[in-house]
Parts: sequence; structure tokens; C-alpha cells
Amino acid sequence: MSVFTIEYAECDVTFRFISKKIKMNQNRKVKIKVEDLTIVFGRQKKLALKLLNDGCSKKEILEKTGCTIGINRANFEIFEGEFFVIMGLSGSGKSTLLRCLNRLNEPTMGKVFINDDDITSKNNKELLQVRRTEMSMVFQKFGLLPHHTVLTNAAFGLEIRGEDKSSRESKAQKALDIVGLNGFEQQFPIQLSGGMQQRVGLARALANDPEVMLMDEAFSALDPLIKTEMQDQLLDLQDTLQKTIVFITHDLDEAIKLGDRIVIMKDGIIEQIGTAEDILTNPASDYVKAFVDKVDRKSIITAGSLMTEKPTLVRFKKDGPEGALRKMRTTGLEILPVVDIHDTFLGFVHINEVIQAAKRKDPTVESIIHMHVPSVSKDVTVEEMLPLISETRSPIAVVNDQNRLLGIVTQTSLIIEATKFNEEQINELKDKANNQ
Amino acid sequence: MSKIIDIGQYIEVAINWLTENFKPLFDFIKHTGNSTIIGLEWIFLAIPFFVVIGVFTGLAWWKSGKGVAVTTLLGLTLIYMMGFWKETMETLSLVLVATATALILSVPLGIWAAKNKLAAKIIRPMLDLMQTMPAFVYLIPAVLFFSIGKVPGAFATIIFAMPPAVRLTTLGIDAVPKDIVEAARAFGATNRQILFKVELPLAMQTILAGINQTILLSLSMVVIAGMIAAGGLGERVLEGINNLDIGLGFESGLSVVILAIILDRITQGFVQNKK
Repeated sequence: MSVFTIEYAECDVTFRFISKKIKMNQNRKVKIKVEDLTIVFGRQKKLALKLLNDGCSKKEILEKTGCTIGINRANFEIFEGEFFVIMGLSGSGKSTLLRCLNRLNEPTMGKVFINDDDITSKNNKELLQVRRTEMSMVFQKFGLLPHHTVLTNAAFGLEIRGEDKSSRESKAQKALDIVGLNGFEQQFPIQLSGGMQQRVGLARALANDPEVMLMDEAFSALDPLIKTEMQDQLLDLQDTLQKTIVFITHDLDEAIKLGDRIVIMKDGIIEQIGTAEDILTNPASDYVKAFVDKVDRKSIITAGSLMTEKPTLVRFKKDGPEGALRKMRTTGLEILPVVDIHDTFLGFVHINEVIQAAKRKDPTVESIIHMHVPSVSKDVTVEEMLPLISETRSPIAVVNDQNRLLGIVTQTSLIIEATKFNEEQINELKDKANNQ
Repeated sequence: MSKIIDIGQYIEVAINWLTENFKPLFDFIKHTGNSTIIGLEWIFLAIPFFVVIGVFTGLAWWKSGKGVAVTTLLGLTLIYMMGFWKETMETLSLVLVATATALILSVPLGIWAAKNKLAAKIIRPMLDLMQTMPAFVYLIPAVLFFSIGKVPGAFATIIFAMPPAVRLTTLGIDAVPKDIVEAARAFGATNRQILFKVELPLAMQTILAGINQTILLSLSMVVIAGMIAAGGLGERVLEGINNLDIGLGFESGLSVVILAIILDRITQGFVQNKK
């Protein structure tokens, strides 16, 4: 039973590894590029920009010019097929930033490129063309037309584009099938639940078959259960359709669940850009840290960041039981991983068995290696590793796709991570216990 | 008390200037208006009265249900039996033409005011003026421009009846949810597409409520327009007043009320159907 579980775990691990790798390769092409993007709200835009470039703070600029800085020199790139999340509290400028990408908000300074094509320099007619073909948008409040049916709502983007009725309705029908609204075509939005209305919004965006989808707090108005369902569906869609998605949310859990990379914004400034794990393990500022502290780390922290790298090893054939015992004495560890000359992970040895083998004067540790132990790849999360604790008394080995040992995750560190206590807190608890 | 400022004098000069310089225009309006109103009257009177009653009853049934249909049937029959059929048809023609013209002018104005803040700032006080100025005052320039008859009657009616349609159009368009407009814009809709595919359909119910108000105000004004020989029920009401003929005054007044109720209920039906 335990063997089966381990093999299953390994198989799953390999699969995840490969799928992530494919994604990384595809991600190389830059789809959207934002350069020095700045938005100033107010009348004296020029003066405000000048002050901003001179290094004045947002507050000083507001006092001197009455202008608000909506976005302050944002720079980032979004790769093709990437799920890019912009996160921030209300008023952080995330919606403003999103609306610069299709110029629903007009940037005061800076540039936006889509496929190396400068959106900011386009005239009105060209801009309409971009909005009609290259990107579509999903809204928090759905933005559906109450006097249209589900079908004609889904076909709205195509209607605007000027497609004839039969072609747009067949495309809309396909989009509705994808989001699971088959059979609701002739209903009106008011007859549907919030989740279903947003599915119509999603279908409307998909019907246009854009390369880029902009999603403005698309799931924030939905109740939690529906929200999770919609998130899962969107991830499935993303797997098959491979759109470039720019998604806005104020919910870090949502950002982490969905985003390949996350941007954290505060007061119109980008605080940090990175993967969920980057942000959780290395928050770039106190602001980000304050956010991160509230997150359930179990589902984000991976074996890769938790493992002890270059652990003390027992080298098969080179180190016999005596050698292993010496290493255990010097390190104080009771369990050590065993690898062959190519660093391939073989298993663990435990101190009491090593002592017995040494007494028997065994030439190698072959007979005492615990071979059927779990091993995981770097991107397996704490949450996924936790069940493995019950399978084994050994630490968990972290290996690459050639089964080479990269490091080990001790059970203690896993439990500490899972119980959300950090080391400081644990030490505090220990001190308290000692003092009593 | 002596006058310190004489605004009236300037208004007089302006009106005179308009009368002299735009005479061909006013003549053109007068002739077109007159033939439209008279044409419509002719149609209403050429059709047998029971057909007209039938059509209105059917329309009421279709849009507003059985109750209103019965009211329409009884009301129009009563008007016919009181002997005010011709006058009622004249008034109806005038109301319809005035309302139609008022709408052609006020819906675009309302849209403009909704889209353009400056326009709104200019239009709003003008609407206030048009609504609060005693309705009789409009009769003076109306007569100067068009002399007496049906067209000046319609002119005064239009000015008096326009404001609610303008206001409610603006209100309706302002009340269209911003996220729906934004959604349309995000999908690449032009301003024209936004107006015709989003704003007007969503504002339609409010605009229809404005149309209903315009019709009722027109009806109240055509009575006043009777003073400048616009004909119809208004003239009979005035006749009743001048001769202290209570019977005549009451009967013609009752006809106005019946016509008002029927037009109101039928247009209300259009508003409700949009919901």
C-alpha cells in the first residue's frame, strides 16, 4: 500500500515538473510590455509629471498641483500564455493600470506594447480595431445588457465588430458551450445567478477569440463557493486555450491560486513582481509582508524552498556503516540520505541499524537502506508533502527529474511550516516551556 | 413704479428681428405644419367614428389590458354622443403633431445634455424657463411668427411640452450603468454604437415616461392654444367661459379629460411593456 502511494506521488511529481517546464518554455515570448507607464489625474498634468520626475512624493504633488498620481512609472513584461495577476487593495491603482492596456484610461506618460505594437500611439480607429480583435475584457459587475438574451450578450463583441448574425451566433454558442451554459441561450441575464452571469461575461470575452484577456476583479462579486468553482474553471480553460490573461484581484489567495506571476501594487507603485513563492518567501517590502502573513503558506511553500541543500550524504560503496556512523556523530543527525556516485538518490539509513551493521562488520550499507521512501520534486507544496509524513520516519528527499538528490526536507521543518509557526515563535514557545 | 431695466424692450427687438429676417422660414414651417395637422384631422374625420374608436380600443387592449380598453370604448363613445367628435379629433391631431415635433427636438437635446456637461449647463436653465414661464406668454411670439391658427398653437404647445422629454432622456441616459457602457467600449464600440446599442435601449423606459408627460402637457396646452384660434376642444372650452355656459364648458372640459386619460393609459402601457 505504502509503495503504491509513493509511486503515485512520484508519478504526479514528474507530471507536474514536465507541465511546468513546457509552460516556462512557452513563456519566453513577450506579449505585453509596459514602459514607464504613468497616469496623472487632475488638471495640471504637465507640472505634476515634472515634479514626479524631480522625485517629489505623491503627497507633495497633490499639495502643489491638486493632481493625483494614479500609476507611478510602472514597468513590466507579460509573456505569451502567462496568467498575470495584478494585486492590490482598492485605490492601489490596479484597475487603472489594467485599463491602460486597452486605453480605457489614457496614460499620461509611458508606453504599452502588445506584440511589439505600440498601443499608446494608435489613433482612435486603430485603437477600436485593437479592442475588437486583440483583447477582450471581463468585468466585476459583469456589464451584461439586460435587454439581450444570453446568446446575444455572448455575441455582443462580434456584433460590435460587424460580423453577420449567423457567424456571430455560432461563435457565441461555442463560447457558451465552453463555459458550460449550454441550454441557457434564450434566458435573460436577470434570470441567472451571479456565477452564471459572469460565465456569460466570460463567454462574451472568449467569443471574440482574443489573444489577451483582461479580467477586472472578475470573481470578486461572487460568493466563495462559486468563486472557487469559477477559478478552477478558468485555470482549466487557460490550460487548453493558452490565452494571455491579465487578472486583477484584491485577494492574495486568489492571486496565488491563479497567477503564474503576481504584481503587488500600493498607491500606484509596483511593490513587487514575482511568482507566488518569490513573494511569500522574499517579500520586497513591509507592505507586501503584511499581506503575505495572512496567507495560508501550506499551499504555496514548496519543497524547493524548504529543503536543506547539500545535506550530509552517505555515498554508497564509498562509505560503509563505519563511515556513515562517523558522519552521524559529527553532524548529530540520526538519519542520513544515501546516494550513488552520480548523486542518484537511493534511500535513507537510520542510526540504530547503522550501529548493528557496523557490529556485523557489513562492507556496505546495502542491507539497511530504507529504499521505499517518498521523494518529491522541487515544486511540490507543503500541503502535498504532509500526508507523506505518515508513510515514513525518514525525511523527504527532494530530487530532480533524473532522481538526483537536491536536498532533504526534515519532518520537523515540514510540521513547523504546516502549523504556520515560524522559527521565532517556536523558540518563544520553547523558552516559555523551559522557564516554567 | 418706474422701470429701471427694460428687458422686455430687448426681447421685443429680438422677436421683431427674427420675424423680419426669418419670414420665409416661418412661412415654410407654417405651411408644412398646417398641412400636416389638417391632413391628420382629415384622416381622423374621414374614417367612420366607430372605426377610430375600435382602433383606439384595440390599441388599449393590446398595450394596457382589458380595463383600459373598456374605458377607452366608453369614453370615446361618450365624446361622440356629446357631439364633440370633430373637436376631439382636431385636438388629437394637434396633440399628435406637437408631441411628435417635441420629441424630434427633445430626445436629441436630452442625449446632448447627457453627453456634454457644457450643453447640460446651458440647456437646464432654459428648460426651467420654458416650464415655469406662464404658458400664455408663448402665445405672443407664436402669433408674431405665425399669426393665428393651428401652427402657432402647436408652436406654443411644443415649447411648453418639451422639457420633461428632454429631462427624462438625459436622466435615462445618465442612469445607464457605467459598467455596461465601459464593457461596450472595451469591446471596441464606437460612440454611435454605444448610443444605439446600449444607452438608448437601456434608457428607453425613462424616455417613454418623458413622452407620456409630453403628451399630457400638450393636451393641457392645446386648450390654451384655443385662444389663438387653434381650434378643437380648446375653442369650445373658451366659448363656454366667454358665454358663462356651464354645460358647454363642462362637456368640452370632460372631453379633454377623457382624451387625456386614454392617451396617458395607452402610453403608460408602452412604458410598462418595456419592463
